[in-house]
Amino acid sequence: MNSLGLEAVEKSFPLLLHGALVTIEVTAMALVLGALAGLLGGLARVSPLAPLRGLAAAYVSVIRGTPFIVQLFFVYYAFPQLGLQVPPMVAAVGCLAVYSGAYQTEIVRGAIESIERGQVEAARSLGLSAGQAMRYVVLPQAFLRMLPPLGNEFVALTKNSALVSLVTVQELLLSAQLIISATFQNFAVYLTIGVMYYIITSVVSTGTQLLERRLKVYV
Amino acid sequence: MTDDRNGTPIIEARGLRKSFGPHEVLKGVDLSVARGEVLAIIGPSGSGKSTLLRCLNLLEQPTAGEVWFEGTRINNPGVDVNRVRTRMGMVFQLFNLFPHLTVVNNVTLAQEKVLHISRREAEERARALLAKVGLAAKEHAYPNSLSGGQKQRVAIARALALRPAVMLFDEPTSALDPEMVQEVLAAMDELAQEGMTMAVVTHEMGFARRAADRIVFVDEGRIVAEAPPERFFSAPESERVRQFLEKIPT
Ligand SMILES: Nc1ncnc2c1ncn2[C@@H]1O[C@H](COP(=O)(O)OP(=O)(O)OP(=O)(O)O)[C@@H](O)[C@H]1O
Ligand SMILES: [Mg+2]
Repeated sequence: MNSLGLEAVEKSFPLLLHGALVTIEVTAMALVLGALAGLLGGLARVSPLAPLRGLAAAYVSVIRGTPFIVQLFFVYYAFPQLGLQVPPMVAAVGCLAVYSGAYQTEIVRGAIESIERGQVEAARSLGLSAGQAMRYVVLPQAFLRMLPPLGNEFVALTKNSALVSLVTVQELLLSAQLIISATFQNFAVYLTIGVMYYIITSVVSTGTQLLERRLKVYV
Repeated sequence: MTDDRNGTPIIEARGLRKSFGPHEVLKGVDLSVARGEVLAIIGPSGSGKSTLLRCLNLLEQPTAGEVWFEGTRINNPGVDVNRVRTRMGMVFQLFNLFPHLTVVNNVTLAQEKVLHISRREAEERARALLAKVGLAAKEHAYPNSLSGGQKQRVAIARALALRPAVMLFDEPTSALDPEMVQEVLAAMDELAQEGMTMAVVTHEMGFARRAADRIVFVDEGRIVAEAPPERFFSAPESERVRQFLEKIPT
């Protein structure tokens, strides 16, 4: 037997690939839902309605102020006590989305607030409503400024997705651990999934960079 | 010069007051602009000229007093401010073009989104206005590739696109390099000659002298002098105006 366990990796590669697909799936769903939460949260943070602002601020504060793993365990293990059994995949995607959404809320808020006041004033002076000014003037410009921090956030989300292995979602890390428990090839298997994670995060960050470059035509 | 125009004012402020917190910036301003009239608003920095102009289209909400436009009191809860604003164009010192939109789309945006004019018609109007301000060739450029003078001319076209009844200018040439001031003033001169009603906050005394029908002088939140240009410059009625004019190259 090869001491580094390369054939163990080779044999179980389909299982690892499947795990990688689940990681991508969980991350992608959390990304879309998290972006939605971030957009709504960000808009709420700059809303003229104080209760809405307060609600969004509380969301950000609580989610960022507690460990993700506690949030995840709370939903997965504590909700059943209230008679609410949450399937692992739902808990995983939901918690990741809510967690990432809090960070994205701050990214969206920051980008919106970075747009010069004169932009809204010009839009309003032309008769656009506050909502139209946001939609046609502020958000398109803010989106470009969000992209670099959003790219970082998407990478962080991908990495955090490994934690959902703790609620039995068989993504990349859990797949690896199952293989290791059968083969004891820690070195080869962890190295392999490290490389796979790196490839996934590279694709995510390259993607946002490309998008940024494409949208930047006007700067 | 204004005799044939002194009918009903198109825009009028009565007892206008505006405070920012404890700081009262406008302390009771009465002002009216007649249809077709060009009004120049001058005064020292911080005297409240911009605030006054911005109260007229309600970018600032007056603390007290009335703003009337085309026969309606517009600082009233029931008024559709967005509709009113389409009738008043505004040109800003810092242009405030939308950098993410091409020049032509800067001019079509409000036509399409506010007045619901078709894309084709809005583009046609945009092209005509861009040609008028000498920027037909720039329609597909982005604002950041334009000079300051070009930006300000686009901003004028953008405001004109909605066929406003009044144009408000807030120091439209103050942020420009000296060699670009004339091209913007030329566009404004042309507008004035076409009979556009204009209220212009400016430090360009040459423009005020030749294009304005009337000049008001604002100091510390009040209008302290008001006269046609000839009299305003040759026989300033107050000491304050005299001091101001001495400091400014005319
Ligand atoms: N949004 C605001 N909040 C607080 N204070 C303000 C605000 N806008 C204007 N001011 C204050 O009101 C006063 C008048 O400002 P305003 O911009 O109307 O003057 P101005 O005559 O246009 O001056 P300038 O020639 O420098 O443009 C200034 O003291 C300014 O600091
Ligand atoms: Mg000013």
